[in-house]
Amino acid sequence: MIRIALLVAGKDLRIERRSRVLLWQVLPFGVTALVLCGLALGPLHAGNSSAAPGLFYLVMLLVALLMINRAQVIEGSPGTRASVATLGLDPAGVFLGKALALAVELWLTGVVVLAGSVLFLHTALSGTLSALPSVVVTLAALAAAGTLYGALSGGGQGPATLLPMLSLPAFAPLLIAGERSFSDALHGGSLWRWWVISLVALAAYLAIGILLYGVLEES
Amino acid sequence: MIKTLSQRLLGPVTLVLLALTFWLGLWVTPPDKVQGNLARLLYVHPAIAWVALYVSFGTAAIASALYLWKRTRSVVMDRVAYCAMEVSTVFIILTLITGSIWGRPTWGVWWAWDARLTSTAILGLFELAYLALRRANDDPDLRARRCAVFAIIAAINVPIIHFSVDWWNTLHQGATVFTENGNLLVHGIMLWTLFISLFAFTLLFFWLLRARYRLEVLRATRYDVALDEALAQRRREGVH
Repeated sequence: MIRIALLVAGKDLRIERRSRVLLWQVLPFGVTALVLCGLALGPLHAGNSSAAPGLFYLVMLLVALLMINRAQVIEGSPGTRASVATLGLDPAGVFLGKALALAVELWLTGVVVLAGSVLFLHTALSGTLSALPSVVVTLAALAAAGTLYGALSGGGQGPATLLPMLSLPAFAPLLIAGERSFSDALHGGSLWRWWVISLVALAAYLAIGILLYGVLEES
Repeated sequence: MIKTLSQRLLGPVTLVLLALTFWLGLWVTPPDKVQGNLARLLYVHPAIAWVALYVSFGTAAIASALYLWKRTRSVVMDRVAYCAMEVSTVFIILTLITGSIWGRPTWGVWWAWDARLTSTAILGLFELAYLALRRANDDPDLRARRCAVFAIIAAINVPIIHFSVDWWNTLHQGATVFTENGNLLVHGIMLWTLFISLFAFTLLFFWLLRARYRLEVLRATRYDVALDEALAQRRREGVH
């Protein structure tokens, strides 16, 4: 299963590297969204704002939606599903691989958006660095959930509009947990209190994906 | 015979029990010492929430799990899950509305970002998403599988809602009928009204579920007949 996961993750990441969609479209979108958040807060409230952790996760959530849709487009290209089915790959491995690839993409984007947050929203660098472990776990949970919801929404009518509808209620607890642990890190509070929710969500979505991804991919 | 009788009696018994709940709740029970007449809303709100969270959503989640298990996979399970989810959506909206009506005079706001309220609203969004997912797929088998998986994922939210009042500091009160030791906190006619209300709304759910299920079967039959007619028409036109 791990070997298949690494194969699938490698394939997805290679496609991303060659197409450069992440570099030229998703990253600029993330930074643009962050700047827009700053403009929405206004010059008086944008700097040192207590809203910065929430805005970071809001931007990452929008970025995640773009990336999940993008992964579905790759998966939906002619012959991809058929070839995966013909190869007889373990669906659990495929799920883990796709989730891992999405997590790597989110982590990369997260670093850029965090840097943007320090620059534009004047988030304290030390607090931001101490929030990194919780950001890593929360974005991984977002990736696991997103892979599952991508598979649920793909192929039907209006998958691009269906995906946010399906995934946002599930992303909401992650958004809350991520925002709280980031805020605690900025204000020197205990990270563990909210971080545990992201950890539990990550474990739950990985377990559900490993068990049920095959059912979604059955033809 | 017994089955037919119970099906026929379900509606009238539900209506009688609902009428009894309203009569007891509005006229017979005394006003609360602290909340006054506002407490009468609590004969309805917990019962609606009970049906929304546990009875109807539980039915949908169990039917979904049974659909995913190959031994029990059948169109009946898929239809039960769908119909229960639709009824649950109505009940969860009613839960939020009745909660808001109670919250305004008690807390001073129609809505508070409280853990219990927020997690319940998130479950409502999950249910709306389930209905959207249902309409987005034409292939019945694919639709049933996807919706079943989605319902099981959404079910994670139910224990979160249940324990939210213990895990976080909330405006919403914790357990108010029983203490942690199982002792009763509500007594006399107030307790009876509460229990009758729970029973009445549970029966209402099963009544609505049965009606919605029959409608779904009729819709599916009509769809099959219409498809057969369209195919016959095409054949008559010489298209094969």
